[in-house]
Amino acid sequence: MAGRYKSDLKWSDVTPKASWVNRRQLIAGSGAMALGSIAGPAMASLGAKKTAYGEGLEPNDLEAITSYNNFYEFGTDKGDPAKYASALTTDPWTVEIDGLVDKPGSYGMEDILANVTLEERIYRLRCVERWSMVVPWVGFELADLLSRVGVQPSAKYVAFETALRPDEMRGVSQNVIDWPYREGLRLDEAMHPLTIMATGIYDEPMPNQNGAPIRLVVPWKYGYKSIKSIVRISLVEEQPKTAWNTYSANEYGFYSNVNPDRDHPRWSQKYERKVGGGLFAKQIPTENFNGYEEQVGSLYAGMDLLVDH
Amino acid sequence: MTSLQRINQAIGYVPAWLIYVLAIFPPCWFLYLGLTGGLGVEPIKALEHKLGEQALQILLVTLAVRPLREVIGINLLKHRRALGVVTFWYVFLHMLVWLVLDVGILSEIWADIVKRPYITVGMAALLLMVPLAVTSNNYSLRKLGPKKWAKLHRLMYPLAFLASLHFVMLAKGFQIEPLIYMGITLLLLLLRWKSLGKSVSGWFATVRLTK
Repeated sequence: MAGRYKSDLKWSDVTPKASWVNRRQLIAGSGAMALGSIAGPAMASLGAKKTAYGEGLEPNDLEAITSYNNFYEFGTDKGDPAKYASALTTDPWTVEIDGLVDKPGSYGMEDILANVTLEERIYRLRCVERWSMVVPWVGFELADLLSRVGVQPSAKYVAFETALRPDEMRGVSQNVIDWPYREGLRLDEAMHPLTIMATGIYDEPMPNQNGAPIRLVVPWKYGYKSIKSIVRISLVEEQPKTAWNTYSANEYGFYSNVNPDRDHPRWSQKYERKVGGGLFAKQIPTENFNGYEEQVGSLYAGMDLLVDH
Repeated sequence: MTSLQRINQAIGYVPAWLIYVLAIFPPCWFLYLGLTGGLGVEPIKALEHKLGEQALQILLVTLAVRPLREVIGINLLKHRRALGVVTFWYVFLHMLVWLVLDVGILSEIWADIVKRPYITVGMAALLLMVPLAVTSNNYSLRKLGPKKWAKLHRLMYPLAFLASLHFVMLAKGFQIEPLIYMGITLLLLLLRWKSLGKSVSGWFATVRLTK
């Protein structure tokens, strides 16, 4: 349900649009309007409900969010997704929802969006590589979608899959991981109100390099759990196979909760650096559950998170 | 004059000091880009990776000098010292960016060196370079005598392997690029193995004669 969260942060606390919209986009957009054609995507506001989630956080500007991405389907360099993700056709788009649900089927984006209220969620994003951002996502709670399709009692996990289109994704010709990209959550994690399906950033449609048209965002887990450009959601009984965990289970656990005490075998996770701070940006301490411990800590009561990482 | 002689003649015109001078520009340029937004939104990593990548490239060129001469006949011997010293500069800058800008926390630096194998390996490669950099002058060559000096400078072989390994070890997922660097490193090391070097140079000679 939209509007579950209350906090003191106002929509007006977010970076003003003029300072994050690329000047060229503004000029191009106004030029397009002056010519009487439709405005470019940068001008299409989603009208997301202005919740006030993200107290004390300063969102990164759009340039940082859209130019520094890990989306290996388009290449392993951070700049590759911005260069090559435009090749991805995001309209039309359908999401196959199957497995242990009452109403399985192919759900078109319009159909999915017609039944939800879009909300603004300003979340921290912590990458397993020790960099972080703050992103003003637009989306809806995954729980709303799952309730709509009817989760059967035997379902214990939710599995997700990214589109695999060799014609549009130049990076999948290399077997960096075992394609398609797959992720998964325990059902209680998936139903948690912090877990959203995001369809936009800064109240505009999701840029392709960030996982258009629809992606998962789980803010207390390392970024790779928040799978992009989703084409399949399956409710299952067994813990599903996930991309990075299959590649190296010791390095990338199924849970992958942000945990400063559990090092990645090749690097420490105690600190992170927020992207966009320039050449002299300092590292900052990483918070347990990426700062969302109060909300999600109880999901893992009794578990040894150094073992079940 | 054969084309090979012409190439060697052209190389002969390039003074070794020019390599030192030219080598100053790329790091300065990258630093400038990093300060002015030209390296993207995370300039520290970009600068660190750029310097590391270029250090490895110059290292491989240095390592290629001998096989180039013995196998193909291109003579860069006159420039080898400059290439080696410049490699050290770049490796040192690469380490400095990691130490000061990237990590910047003393306890973390030490923990990384002892606990993270890819950093241990990289650090070992750097340490092995120090005696080579220090003895890269005519005084040391005289003092040590050419035999001892040459023996010491064979440290290039293990350190080149460690440098490539350092790159391979930090890749996330199965990535081709570091493996290509490792492949080239191993090839350049293998060519020093006399019988192999001879047969490859013999092959090159036949190719040249039949042309």
